[in-house]
Amino acid sequence: MTDTSTAAPQAPVTPPKPGRPANRLRLARLRDFALIPPIIALLVVGYLLKPDVFLSQSYLVDTVLKYQSELALVVLAEALVLIVGKFDLSLESVVGIAPAVAVFLVVGQTSVLGAPWPAWTVLPVAVLFGALIGAFNGLLIVRFRLSAFIVTLAMLIALRGLQLAIVGGATISNLANRIPVVDDLGSLRIATIPLAIWIVVIAFAVGMVVLGYTRVGRSLYAVGGNPDAARAAGIRVERVIWLTLVVAGALAALAGLMLSARLGSVAAAQGNGMIFTVFAAAVIGGISLDGGKGSLFGALCGVVLLGLIQNVLTLAQVKADQIQAVNGLVILVALVLARLTSGKAQD
Amino acid sequence: MDPRADGPVPVAEAVGVTKRFGATVALADGRLTVAPGETHALVGRNGAGKSTLVGVLTGLLRADAGEVRFGGSPAPAAGDRAAWRRHVACVYQKPSVVPGLSVAENLFLHRQPRGRFGLLSPRLLRRQAAELLEEWAVHVDPDVAARELSVEQRQLVEIAGALSLGARFVILDEPTAQLEGRAIARLFDRLRDLRAQGVTFLYISHHLPEIYEICQRVTVFRDARYVLDADVAELGRDELVAAMIGEARGLVDVGADRPPVPADAQAALELAGVTVPGIVTGVDLTVRRGEIVGVAGSAASGKRQLAEAVVGLRPREGTVRVAGLPIRSGDVPAALRGGVGYLPGDRNIDGFVPALSVAENATMTITDRLGPAGFVLPKKRDERANRMITDLDVHTAGPGQPVSELSGGNAQKVVMARALANDPTVLVLVQPTAGVDVRSKESLLGAVDAETRRNRAALLVSDELEDLRLCDRVVVMVGGRLVAEHPRGWREADLVAEIEGIGAAPDPGDEPGPVNGTASAEREQR
Repeated sequence: MTDTSTAAPQAPVTPPKPGRPANRLRLARLRDFALIPPIIALLVVGYLLKPDVFLSQSYLVDTVLKYQSELALVVLAEALVLIVGKFDLSLESVVGIAPAVAVFLVVGQTSVLGAPWPAWTVLPVAVLFGALIGAFNGLLIVRFRLSAFIVTLAMLIALRGLQLAIVGGATISNLANRIPVVDDLGSLRIATIPLAIWIVVIAFAVGMVVLGYTRVGRSLYAVGGNPDAARAAGIRVERVIWLTLVVAGALAALAGLMLSARLGSVAAAQGNGMIFTVFAAAVIGGISLDGGKGSLFGALCGVVLLGLIQNVLTLAQVKADQIQAVNGLVILVALVLARLTSGKAQD
Repeated sequence: MDPRADGPVPVAEAVGVTKRFGATVALADGRLTVAPGETHALVGRNGAGKSTLVGVLTGLLRADAGEVRFGGSPAPAAGDRAAWRRHVACVYQKPSVVPGLSVAENLFLHRQPRGRFGLLSPRLLRRQAAELLEEWAVHVDPDVAARELSVEQRQLVEIAGALSLGARFVILDEPTAQLEGRAIARLFDRLRDLRAQGVTFLYISHHLPEIYEICQRVTVFRDARYVLDADVAELGRDELVAAMIGEARGLVDVGADRPPVPADAQAALELAGVTVPGIVTGVDLTVRRGEIVGVAGSAASGKRQLAEAVVGLRPREGTVRVAGLPIRSGDVPAALRGGVGYLPGDRNIDGFVPALSVAENATMTITDRLGPAGFVLPKKRDERANRMITDLDVHTAGPGQPVSELSGGNAQKVVMARALANDPTVLVLVQPTAGVDVRSKESLLGAVDAETRRNRAALLVSDELEDLRLCDRVVVMVGGRLVAEHPRGWREADLVAEIEGIGAAPDPGDEPGPVNGTASAEREQR
């Protein structure tokens, strides 16, 4: 009943008024930019804390952004899954297990499947493994209609255990010297910007184009917003969900390999606990846990915001043993602020 | 206009109520006077301000200006829910019961009777619930879970719960929207009994015949304003419609001048032995180009499932051909590609994606035609959408507005646009005018009429006699089978009798109000 003004019968044939749609659109865009002011505020705070280094490229790029690049990719993956109306908790285990399997097949003390495999296989094997896990999740969620939350929670635990078994509680280290692909991922720079950041930028750019301007991308929003209506409109709902889970798994695997490359090792606990930050970034960035709503730009802003918060806390010399508690509090505050600035309920 | 200046103190009264949401004036002049013991109709098109007034009357919305009085004294403070609930209750279309709890638990939610040691006593709860249901003659087992109730039972339970809180003024928001003929008759009997027991109702409905049937007085809203109130018996149906839409015009009368379907018209849709196990049995039906075939039947007749089987939402046996080519079972994309345009039966369930824009919803079936290689170009999409918006007269701020912000009638036009988007050979429409106002009904049916005058055909599944009037031919379904067929010009009484499976009915004789023929026959159905 709130549309009285537009439904008024005095305007029998409505040639849509030219002024309003543009205004509406601008408003929708503004909502996307809701996180820009807090990001600028954090930049100012950071600058005030450390005026000499904070706004330099070496700090912002190599300290703030580089450490967020893996998180950003996983947030991208989770954002896709959330938009299509599902959940994937197991992504954080994929971050660990996919590089672990790929690296193990190249340098592990084993002969299964004809190992050792050539070094170049690390990237395709990791990504393929992540995609396979996504496909398996899809099988359980789409075909057997199990709850996505529980399925992926169980997968998170199972994969974590598998990783422990492979890595053996230790860490596979010194990767950079043994696998050139990993070395490139970790240290190559293009136009002085690390490769990892380029990957994130390209992934998000491709993601935004796909979500905004392709049939498949738009169908994600339709399926997440109302699967029944999507089905009645001829969208193959199950296929879209499945595809999204596969892509999310592959992206998380790539993120995992980038993390291993940056650290030069695969730790037994790689990715452990990451999923909480991933959800926080996605929700702060305006992705709805109910599906069908949110933009990748918002999600990216969420990642940057969380990264800045962490760095500003470090610069403010919050003690290491307190930083986690403070970080949690700050995430809560960020959620509240995001709720206030976007003006919409987070659901 | 109000002749009751010195009548009894009104049960509920609203004077000069205004309410704005941002820039939108939802209610500019809300006025309402409900006398004790009457059933008072509140009518108006979608967007006329009815829901806002109900929100203000129930204390859920705070008016910007104006006054609400109950029994002559001012309304309780805004936050005092308990006090509001003692004065007024509202039964909405959406259930407000907890589905997993029993009827008794729902009735005494958060005010359960206590037994020994101050603990809740299931025995006491059950007894009091049974007494309450008994008192208001609601024949429902208090132990049954609320989700097991029919719509009708759920409404009566909600009314009983409201009455037990002390309210004797109950607002009913389109109570018959989801009910079929006999259930409506039963509900009306109960409402009359309750009225005899001293309960006052404010009755909101899009179905004008219902108002003539059970209401004594009617208030009309238009464009967020009070327009008039009058005794139902003194207000002709045409006058009432005129008051609602702001100018004198007749009832929905679309398609009266449809040309006869040419004898040599090709078949657009052919059903042979279409069976949905347990629901639809062996339906054979041919719809020719330029023809609209209506499917009538009760809610349990399987008519809706037949439509869903045709478009591939349900697996089926038997063959479906569109323009001579067979359509695979259970495959919606194949059906759409084969030339079916589908309008689902409940737009809120599977009609549209609320958060997406008008343009996206309207073009959802044709995203492959909006750009190269799987791309969707927003400019092309908006062009298409703008054309649809103009064609179907959708009142919207533009193609970018989310459908959730549109009124029911305009949202339905968007769903209709989606059905027409892929230039289908045959339209499969289920309840195309459910819950929309008179004007939207006219333009929706007008669109169906215009689109099917040449090559296109339509299969129109509906409960509404006004929809079926448009059809060149109406078939009746009972128990999953086609049992009768009527060419244009059928008698409503015959059709309704067949739908209800009660043999031929006599002409409606008793005329309680100044109502024309269509209305009385429609009342017959409800």
